[in-house]
Amino acid sequence: METQVNGKGVFFSTGGAKFSNTERTIIFIHGAGMDRTVWSMQARFFAHHGFTVVNLDLPGHGKSEGPACTTIEEYSDWLCELIDCLDLDNVGMVGHSMGSLIALCGGAKLEKKIQKIALLGTLPKIEVHPDLLTSAIDNKHGAFETIVGWGVGRKAQIGGHKAPGSWIAGASMRLLEASKPGVLGNDLNACNLWEGGLESAGQIKCPALLLLGEDDRMTPPKGTKELAQALHNSKTIILEGAGHMMMTEQPDQTIEILSNFFNNQVYSNN
Amino acid sequence: MTSMGNIFEFDTLSLHAGQTPDSENGSRAVPIYQTTSYVFKGVDHAASMFNLERPGHIYSRISNPTTAVLEERISALEGGVGAVATASGHAALVLGILTIMGQGGHIVASSALYGGTHNLFSHTLPRFGITTTKVDPRDVDGFRSAIKPETRLVFGETIGNPGLEVLNIPAIASVAHEAGLPLMLDSTFATPHLCKPFDHGADLIVHSATKWLGGHGVAIGGLLVDGGKFDWEGSGLFPTLTEPYDGYHGLDFVEEFGPQAFIMRARAEGLRDFGACMSPTTAFHILQGIETLPLRMDKHVSNAREIAEFLGGSDAVEWVVYPELDDHPDKALASELLPKGAGSMIAFGIKGGREAGKTFIERLHVWSHLANVGDAKSLVIHPASTTHQQMDADTMKKAGLSEDLVRLSVGLENIDDLKADLKQALRAATIRKVV
Repeated sequence: METQVNGKGVFFSTGGAKFSNTERTIIFIHGAGMDRTVWSMQARFFAHHGFTVVNLDLPGHGKSEGPACTTIEEYSDWLCELIDCLDLDNVGMVGHSMGSLIALCGGAKLEKKIQKIALLGTLPKIEVHPDLLTSAIDNKHGAFETIVGWGVGRKAQIGGHKAPGSWIAGASMRLLEASKPGVLGNDLNACNLWEGGLESAGQIKCPALLLLGEDDRMTPPKGTKELAQALHNSKTIILEGAGHMMMTEQPDQTIEILSNFFNNQVYSNN
Repeated sequence: MTSMGNIFEFDTLSLHAGQTPDSENGSRAVPIYQTTSYVFKGVDHAASMFNLERPGHIYSRISNPTTAVLEERISALEGGVGAVATASGHAALVLGILTIMGQGGHIVASSALYGGTHNLFSHTLPRFGITTTKVDPRDVDGFRSAIKPETRLVFGETIGNPGLEVLNIPAIASVAHEAGLPLMLDSTFATPHLCKPFDHGADLIVHSATKWLGGHGVAIGGLLVDGGKFDWEGSGLFPTLTEPYDGYHGLDFVEEFGPQAFIMRARAEGLRDFGACMSPTTAFHILQGIETLPLRMDKHVSNAREIAEFLGGSDAVEWVVYPELDDHPDKALASELLPKGAGSMIAFGIKGGREAGKTFIERLHVWSHLANVGDAKSLVIHPASTTHQQMDADTMKKAGLSEDLVRLSVGLENIDDLKADLKQALRAATIRKVV
């Protein structure tokens, strides 16, 4: 589905169902250099289980018009504009990696509209190694290789995926290769610069879920303690054997956990 | 780390990709799930799997846990995004074609093709409204000029048949991509150990897994692998992938699955409706072969090199074709695209033509006379006295064959035994003419 924000075209998938802004809505926000298709299974599941799905291509990603935003603040402002444009009022957000920072930053600004927020593969501050950042800014293939090598968990690097015949490391690589030149570097730089994770978390009152990969070597679970404490009402779940790309590595388990969160779970404070 | 970001290298992936020991019993070998169907966790879970909301197995025509290991393994080895295993290599080829085109479609193909592929393109697909223009595999401009508005695919073989032409994959891929078309390759003769066509620009790969991937000659199977690079939407020529599909509740495969759109459609529609699936036992057999693929291919190549040299020095031989030989027109290309070796197929001409060829075949003891290639055992066939015996010399020439042509698939036996067997059979077949 297509719409416009600030005069620029925006594309989002609805998970194969009709868009309606009168129902509970879940917005899926992908990570650096990726696009909406990392959420294929989750988007389709929620779209057919009582939710309207807005599975976004961020600006300059996938089929959304560029340029990409250069800071997490800009991305979150853009997200707020989109929610206004779509006239959404009862919103759940699911963000992965850079998308989790955008959800955090945006969630703090949109407190009344956000009902629940799920942060996957997250940290209060995502620091990027200078060599990776330089390589990504220079649009070197080596940056993609590092992201896939570190991002896809060691178990998924061997395989045994639940989706028959699907090779996740390869699919992750193709997504990055398909990104517009410089977009990965731009996104990693935005992550690296953002310092507002804990402050934003402190402003989010709605239930929050931290879904982390046990074998996540990009945003290791041990780094999220402060974030969990800063959020007023959160729960942390660590997905056994998953790496940073848990929603593609373990789509079924991710659906189970998110479904429980959005349909049932209301947490008490920490 | 590999260029695909894998932390594991090719030989490790050959043994492990696609499988982790099962959590119930810890089986180290891939278990054979000899089952047609799978118990659902509940009604909603079933509905979600049918609607591609959740992953999992429904019915073994569409997917099976043993077969899925093979599919994932070949994807890992080729550097693709996913694969579908089929009943034969030919089934993989047909599945790949029918996933992206229907009546009115057109293929531009190399003329150096396996005979079965030639039949499919020339005689069978036209009955369903799909036509093919064949082009000399070395004529890059010929590929370009054969493309029509209705063309939907460019096709070739990494190593051609029977002339062992090496396809200029980067050049042909550029021609295809300039026209908004994918390049599909039959890479059976190369296997991913010798050539990874996706790295050179190919978009789709088919294998007869019956051959070197299995290597044991006990199972017929095929594999269709998606490189995930082709921009189906940008091309604008492939509505099966970019427009809502009524057969799946209006699913738009590119919109939902991005780089895996092709392989998702191939399974969701192609296996569901055409049904040429691979059996789990076959998948198990082929997996056993792939575990030793790197070791076997290196031995195949080293044996083939020695046999090619031996034949080149034989008085009973008129000519030898092997892509690494100095007089092969694709020698430089072979060293670029197939740096580990140009496979283990050799063609040669025996002095004395049809009659000598017949005698030669009958005198062999170690080499097996049969219609297959890629076995661990060395194989031989003389088309003029077997598969093409009904053809006269002129007709054979038009088919790219000659009466003296002998085709070898060099196996893994001791090289001295292979050479000795060839030597005595060549002597017996040509003694009157040579001595």
